[in-house]
Amino acid sequence: MSPEILSVIWFVILNVLLIGYAILDGFDLGVGILHPFVAKSDMERRLVMNSIGPLWDGNEVWLVTFGGALFAMFPNAYASIFSAFYLPFVLLLFALIFRAVSLEFRSKRSSQSWRNFWDILFFIGSTLAAFLFGVAVGAVMQGLELSELGDYQGTLLDMLSGFSMSVGLFTVSLLAMHGAIYLYLKTEGELQHRLVAWMKGTYYLFLALFVIVTFWSVLFVPASLQHFGEYPILWLVPALNILAIANIPRAIAKEKPFYAFFSSCCTIAALVFLFSAAIFPDLLPAVNNTAFSITIYNAASSVLTQKIGLIIVAIGMPMVLSYTILIYWTFRGKVTLTDSSY
Amino acid sequence: MDVVLLSRLQFAFTIMFHYIFPPLAIGLGVILAYLETRYYLTKKPIFAIASQFWTKIFVLNFGIGVASGIVMEFQFGTNWATYSRFVGDVFGSALAAEGIFAFFLESGFLAIVAFGREKVSRGLYLFSMYMVAMGSVFSSIWIVVANSWQQTPAGHHIVDILRPVTLPDGSIEMVPWIVDGVIQRRAEIVDFWVMVFNPSTVQRLSHVLLGCAAVGGFFVLSISAYYILNDKHREFARHSFNGALLFSLAASLGLAISGHTQAQDVYRNQPAKLAAFEGHYTTGRAALNLIGWPNAREERIDYEISLPGGLSFMVFDDLTFSKPVVGLDRFKPEDRPPTLIPFFSWRLMVGFGGLMIGLCALGLYFNRKEQLSRKRPLLWAFVFAIGFVMVANQSGWIAAEVGRQPWTVHPPVLWNESGTDLVTASGGLYQYDEKLGLRTDKSFSAAVSVEEAKTSLILFMILYAALAAVWIMVLDRKIRTGPEPLPATAEVGASGVLQAATDRQHARLNETESDQGGVS
Repeated sequence: MSPEILSVIWFVILNVLLIGYAILDGFDLGVGILHPFVAKSDMERRLVMNSIGPLWDGNEVWLVTFGGALFAMFPNAYASIFSAFYLPFVLLLFALIFRAVSLEFRSKRSSQSWRNFWDILFFIGSTLAAFLFGVAVGAVMQGLELSELGDYQGTLLDMLSGFSMSVGLFTVSLLAMHGAIYLYLKTEGELQHRLVAWMKGTYYLFLALFVIVTFWSVLFVPASLQHFGEYPILWLVPALNILAIANIPRAIAKEKPFYAFFSSCCTIAALVFLFSAAIFPDLLPAVNNTAFSITIYNAASSVLTQKIGLIIVAIGMPMVLSYTILIYWTFRGKVTLTDSSY
Repeated sequence: MDVVLLSRLQFAFTIMFHYIFPPLAIGLGVILAYLETRYYLTKKPIFAIASQFWTKIFVLNFGIGVASGIVMEFQFGTNWATYSRFVGDVFGSALAAEGIFAFFLESGFLAIVAFGREKVSRGLYLFSMYMVAMGSVFSSIWIVVANSWQQTPAGHHIVDILRPVTLPDGSIEMVPWIVDGVIQRRAEIVDFWVMVFNPSTVQRLSHVLLGCAAVGGFFVLSISAYYILNDKHREFARHSFNGALLFSLAASLGLAISGHTQAQDVYRNQPAKLAAFEGHYTTGRAALNLIGWPNAREERIDYEISLPGGLSFMVFDDLTFSKPVVGLDRFKPEDRPPTLIPFFSWRLMVGFGGLMIGLCALGLYFNRKEQLSRKRPLLWAFVFAIGFVMVANQSGWIAAEVGRQPWTVHPPVLWNESGTDLVTASGGLYQYDEKLGLRTDKSFSAAVSVEEAKTSLILFMILYAALAAVWIMVLDRKIRTGPEPLPATAEVGASGVLQAATDRQHARLNETESDQGGVS
């Protein structure tokens, strides 16, 4: 296999990992965003938290593996992106820590102020993480000012453009909707009933931001459609995406929440795909000099490493999928509280 | 302070905080797997009660371990971009393997262990416990492989990075990539298994795992000693204490043996590091300094009490106590590790290691004479020993990593044919091949400013201090609550065996296994 083909294969695998992460941890983050609003009593809050209790940890591993794979297969991109987004990523780590420890600590004491504190931290952590993921995506789409070695030249304020912030808000709304549908699937009774309004509300917020971000990127972010002229087949993805988005309220109205959830999964996958299609073959575009852009070719590891990685994936992924399925099967159905719950 | 120093402080701080948790997870994981196996075979409720108690603590630790672990993965990129570009081709595969093979395994099955006892069959639950224990060991394997490669790189070569250039005739040629007059190089993998089994992997991994076992063992000892002292949860405490005592003694003895042979390996692969551990400045017959204060400027140990020829004996198992040992004087000042930190952290580790063995031996002695519950000072020593075992683990790592300086990737060391001295250049100084290693002060992220590095360091310190406080508070409460009787569903039958016999699906199977368990 030629180095170019291997690099493309790894670009695709990274996308799969990113889509896996966005869908799976996406509903965890969405649940966290909605947590203080949808749940009224302590019992409901526990139900909301325990709906993701056994799953969030495994879902976060998709991000860890994405990071590891980026490091291994495109070390230059890993180094440049992570050091460029220094403070945003430090904040992202804090947000993920907040989320993790709130889940872990909340149930350990029964005092009201203790629980309120972790509820707020759970909300902040989840919302901040979703927002920062979006900001990073938006900033990468716009490109950064890089040195010849690929080190970021600008400051934090340069990357916080109107566009990247909008993508951040858009991501929050997307995951909130995704989480609302997930919660609807996992709950019952009054709480579930209340979630119908939340599903609709977050959907329309998402739709509004979707329209804004779509126009913004098509009109002002030149990378967005750069490959669409060359490969018209790509238009299939936004077309399917729009169908999936349109299907969400339809499925909710028909009381088929699983279809709505499936549609929102498809929406997330399509959006990640469109992001990747926009930057391809770059991993981090340089705005000051395109020769300095970090691409999947000039950032790639050696052919041997890429092949070793493929063997690791070939052995590891079937195992990962089998126990992911086992876990989701074990914890299927409506969430209930037991002695071991949070 | 510059970005390098700030980044080093941040890495040291975050990894030391993180490293409170993995040893607990690995050590407790093994103990939990044992308890669950005993419960599966015997169905005695005491094992289930013990397992559930430790599982709750295990899950709590695991959560913080995961949260603080992801920080480490990010930091290679955020703070050490140049290093990441240099080593990614080699180091990254170990990290990616860790993600796919270890993290998915442990996080997935942890869900069943933590939340699924009532949802899955006994067999699957036991299996999940094994998988979690295995996953945490796997993850230590890959991370130690990666770290060992930095100490003793192997299975790779250093190559010039090539970039395409369009020639005047329109053809494209790959030429070395030169930025500001510097040829850009990186490590590329040649042989995966040689990289994995680089010269120090096996030694270091066994030492690390034994250290984790000691942490797990002493953690259990600490809590059970506390219960014995307060005369609470008697049977549970006695059983836990006895089991953990043997486990900890075995781990401590193993640490002494593996530590000794590992130090000999360090001398062969990184002689400057061992010289820093021992404060050994002048090449020649080497004394073993029992106490002292390294004086780097005068190149000697102040206030020393030492065993003449002791280090010669330790390094070569040399009964004449006289073989020459290479000292720091073989290295240029800029190639020497600092001595103060390695010297003292090394002593701290070895000293506490010795105390661990002594404490376990005492415990065993009085335990056999059945006088332990009356030896209150000894029991209090067991309560607090876990802190010192943790310090020993941490200081071992500090010695290993500070002793690696001034390199992030240590270049190879060449010995003369008889192996008695280094191949030195003029002036008797060893000349490292700079091209084959990477210096710490060249490994940092150029994109990060001093302000940013300062901000993040301060934020991490605040966050982790708060986290540690909450963790200790919650842990304290769990320990005070103590092991609880089995949940109602499992208490239907009066005895564990009876209850198990009525177990839904596996009644018959369980009975036969219970018989077998009774025999063994």
